[in-house]
Amino acid sequence: MTLIKEIDFGTPESKSEKMITLTIDGKTVTVPEGTSIMRAAMEAGTEIPKLCATDSVKAFGSCRLCVIEVEGRNGTPASCTTPVAPGISVKTQTPRLAAIRRGVMELYISDHPLDCLTCAANGDCELQDMAGAVGLRDVRYGYDGANHVFARNSGEINFDWKPKDESNPYFAYDPSKCIVCNRCVRACEEVQGTFALTISGRGFDSRVSPGMDEAFFESECVSCGACVQACPTATLTEKSVIEIGQPEHSEITTCAYCGVGCTFKAEMRGEEVVRMVPWKDGKANHGHSCIKGRFAYGYAHHGDRILNPMVRESIHEPWREVSWDEALTFAADRLKAIQAKYGKNSVGAITSSRCSNEETYLVQKLVRAGFGNNNVDTCARVCHSPTGYGLNQAFGTSAGTQDFDSVDDSDVILVIGANPTDAHPVFGSRMKKRLREGAKLIVVDPRRIDLVRSPHVEADYHLPLKPGTNVAMVTALAHVIVKEGLVNEAFVRERCDQDEFRDWADFVAQDRNSPEALESVLGVPAADIRAAARLYATGGNAAIYYGLGVTEHAQGSTAVMGIANLAMATGNLGRRGVGVNPLRGQNNVQGSCDMGSFPHELPGYQHISGEKAREVFEKDWGVKIDSEPGLRIPNMFDSAIEGLFKGLYVQGEDILQSDPDTRHVSAALANMELVIVQDLFLVETAHYAHVFLPGCSFLEKDGTFTNAERRIQRIRKVMSPKNGYGDWEITQLLANKLGMNWSYVNPSEIMDEIARLTPSFAGVSYEKLDRDGSVQWPCNDDAPDGMPIMHINGFARGKGKFVITEYVATDEKVGPRFPLLLTTGRILSQYNVGAQTRRTENSRWHEEDVLEIHPHDAEERGVRDGDWVKVQSRAGETTLKAVVTERVATGVVYTTFHHPMTQANVVTTDNSDWATNCPEYKVTAVQISVSNGPTEWQEKYRELSESARRIATVIDAAE
Amino acid sequence: MAGAAPYNDERAREIIKSHLGLEGPALPILHAFMEEFGHVPDAAVKEMAEALNVSRAEMHGVVTFYHDFHREPHGRHTLKICRAESCQSMGVEKLANDFLAKLKLKWGETTPDGALTVEAAYCLGLCAHSPSALIDDEPVGCIDMETLDGIVAEAKS
Repeated sequence: MTLIKEIDFGTPESKSEKMITLTIDGKTVTVPEGTSIMRAAMEAGTEIPKLCATDSVKAFGSCRLCVIEVEGRNGTPASCTTPVAPGISVKTQTPRLAAIRRGVMELYISDHPLDCLTCAANGDCELQDMAGAVGLRDVRYGYDGANHVFARNSGEINFDWKPKDESNPYFAYDPSKCIVCNRCVRACEEVQGTFALTISGRGFDSRVSPGMDEAFFESECVSCGACVQACPTATLTEKSVIEIGQPEHSEITTCAYCGVGCTFKAEMRGEEVVRMVPWKDGKANHGHSCIKGRFAYGYAHHGDRILNPMVRESIHEPWREVSWDEALTFAADRLKAIQAKYGKNSVGAITSSRCSNEETYLVQKLVRAGFGNNNVDTCARVCHSPTGYGLNQAFGTSAGTQDFDSVDDSDVILVIGANPTDAHPVFGSRMKKRLREGAKLIVVDPRRIDLVRSPHVEADYHLPLKPGTNVAMVTALAHVIVKEGLVNEAFVRERCDQDEFRDWADFVAQDRNSPEALESVLGVPAADIRAAARLYATGGNAAIYYGLGVTEHAQGSTAVMGIANLAMATGNLGRRGVGVNPLRGQNNVQGSCDMGSFPHELPGYQHISGEKAREVFEKDWGVKIDSEPGLRIPNMFDSAIEGLFKGLYVQGEDILQSDPDTRHVSAALANMELVIVQDLFLVETAHYAHVFLPGCSFLEKDGTFTNAERRIQRIRKVMSPKNGYGDWEITQLLANKLGMNWSYVNPSEIMDEIARLTPSFAGVSYEKLDRDGSVQWPCNDDAPDGMPIMHINGFARGKGKFVITEYVATDEKVGPRFPLLLTTGRILSQYNVGAQTRRTENSRWHEEDVLEIHPHDAEERGVRDGDWVKVQSRAGETTLKAVVTERVATGVVYTTFHHPMTQANVVTTDNSDWATNCPEYKVTAVQISVSNGPTEWQEKYRELSESARRIATVIDAAE
Repeated sequence: MAGAAPYNDERAREIIKSHLGLEGPALPILHAFMEEFGHVPDAAVKEMAEALNVSRAEMHGVVTFYHDFHREPHGRHTLKICRAESCQSMGVEKLANDFLAKLKLKWGETTPDGALTVEAAYCLGLCAHSPSALIDDEPVGCIDMETLDGIVAEAKS
């Protein structure tokens, strides 16, 4: 293991297909047209000195170090800004160039501290490297003149000097080390798209300025770290590097936050993470990351982490720390006893979208082969299960149709119920880049999300529909497409079922589905809907990106199918730049669904009732598999309340906080005789647990995650599990206590088993992943290297299926008692239930959940910004602080669910999607009133949390 | 001549709005701010960023690039003394330093009564009449201490 150093080519790759041949230092080089001479030289193995150039941003030509000579041309042009030309002969090293470079370096160093030995960038500083490369030996100008280096010049205060800015918890900005190369400013603009940095002043006064000479933390900065990564000196440095020092080895691994699936170099010193650096060759993120992936890994070391197994007889007792053997025996004995007393079907398990494919696979195998039933479900139930169902109906595969790179070819982007800049930030940046290049944007969302208008991005149409009316919106868009003759007839004729298409076209064409007829339902002007539909249908390559704002509704599955209808009707499928793209919430939602986590499906979406599929698994596992689908999560709760379902194994999922109608969930959990929680922390669900098995973070185990574009990527162990075992090992230990005799020694063996039993994964192996970096399923004999774009020459199911999408208003209606609609979502710095991000400095950006309310609604209720307000629904009530903002429309309020004490899900109801039971998180009728503080429920819950988290040994020690 | 109307957001928004039809409206708006308020306060920069849909960092970068857009109000009059080569060779450095010392000012500062701001310029194109200066929009050639004293007296009157 060594420190992976990526080659910096200096300028971005040219996409041209035309090749140009030239000579550099006597060597013949052939590169695509538009390539810079700097890049061409690097490709040929010749490094031209440079400071302001790096290949993540466009050439800038300011440092004057990369000068070259071109035979027959005057002067010494900068190689970063000079493109290659056929037949030219370039010299990168001549006495004249050497003198120029040395002179330039002298100027730089005359205004730079000479504290290399004690500098945080020592060993990783491009300025230092260049001083070496140009042979700098002397600085003739001295260090006494005007400078930015010293706080005082011969006793006098130096007004050019600025102190360090340490306001950001993750990185420091030291202006005295800045060479004003602009790399940070350009990275913020070109890579991240936030434009939070600039150069203030001019000439010698030029300094990097976050916002208007503000502190980083106060500025527009979103702390993605692109600037830190781009900085060639110690000006912008991770605080962890300042504290620890330079890393000595690194491993490529995959981020465990959202569904983008960024790959990182985990740069290590021993078993300590020095920093996470996004990997340039990562096909999902291309060297970019967000605040969570790059910085928020500290939870792995947080003091709240539980490292020893614990058990307790009842949930009213304090926890007892025990050995692994005792905990697992306790769990296995109780499971067996429950099954003996209440029957085979009285136990089940919930797999996690945060765990690896291998771990998920093992849990469902444990249920199917060990418990002998199909009571396994996953948290995708509460997020993207409608995607699985809807897209499978329409196209025949339960997955998005594109890779992320596809967005580079999109001309029109339709975003429905997704907030990529907050929830999928790295892809959000990618999308913004394409929008800045001129792609058109339609946003369908009740809120004014950042994409609607933020620096250099403005939606052409924002359709702020009322929560719960997605299906009506999609149908209205379809109405315009059909009635105005915008259907791609040829595509539909060739690819789709004709009868179904005609039925669908007749349906959407009805007057009652016109934008005008639905205007009052949607609350959006019909003219805007018409214009947006025309743009989507005729604007060139049109891609749909959607998120939980589509799925988490009573008609979630219908809306997904409606979206598929739009794409099929306009022929926007089967090539780059188009498609239907679900933005997955968690890192492995796609994978956990793929791995057979649903009660009705074996791995690879093979229905449990299928004799043939079952037979394959039965033969391999040597057991009989029940042909009846098992219980879904909500059914498990209902059944528990009825007293039929008594034992639950929950791996890495905090159902109490994340599932709707918290009171219902807690009643169900309280009614069980055995709840096994396997997690990093004593999460909310653990209040009701009898066995706690300490899990480990993604840094401590091997495995694979599958991201939103079906890309299977490796996670690699960089430190020993603090708890002793990888999560897959824990499941195996439990299984063996139940008599399963599993003997996996490495997760690769589990992947081999998956490949053996699942046709769409037949070609996947760790060997292939290590070789190719990643693969997008299906990966089998038909597509040995996977499939970035699906349905190229036809749909997986044969003919594309149009489904009639009748809008049915949700039962959750506003009325005099509950006149406002609450919708929920998340924000950039926090992740899901916050178990990880709340235990990092990310909380400084979002310390508590707040309620966004429109000024009009606030005024009517006497609510002022910052007031405590009570949110009441039919299900329950909670309190939180109000933020008065026009981001939400009148009649709509919004909150996040990152903090357990807010308990947003006390308010949400148990309404759910008709097809998949995905909860209707996005629509709850509520009333808002000013309040004095926490509700009775919140107080009680706080007491419960404190009491349920007692650990006996700790209390003994304290006494 | 820079204006001296007190800054208010409402008026700033009006000025911005009246320029939005232009291609590249940023600089004309900044000139209009100078014309109206005599300076470009941070609040105005924020309004511009919002209206032009750019970040406030970017707008700040533009404003600070040009020395003649200043963040604080200047004195009622501005004197720019040329410090470029020709004027230097005609002794402007000593003259200017003595003058500033007399007024107890540094480059860029304003007299305590708000009458006059003294700034440096780097070539006014009046080299034939070095050392030269600019009082508000009026060029003055062959300056000496007497001329400068006269300018101060006039500014204070």
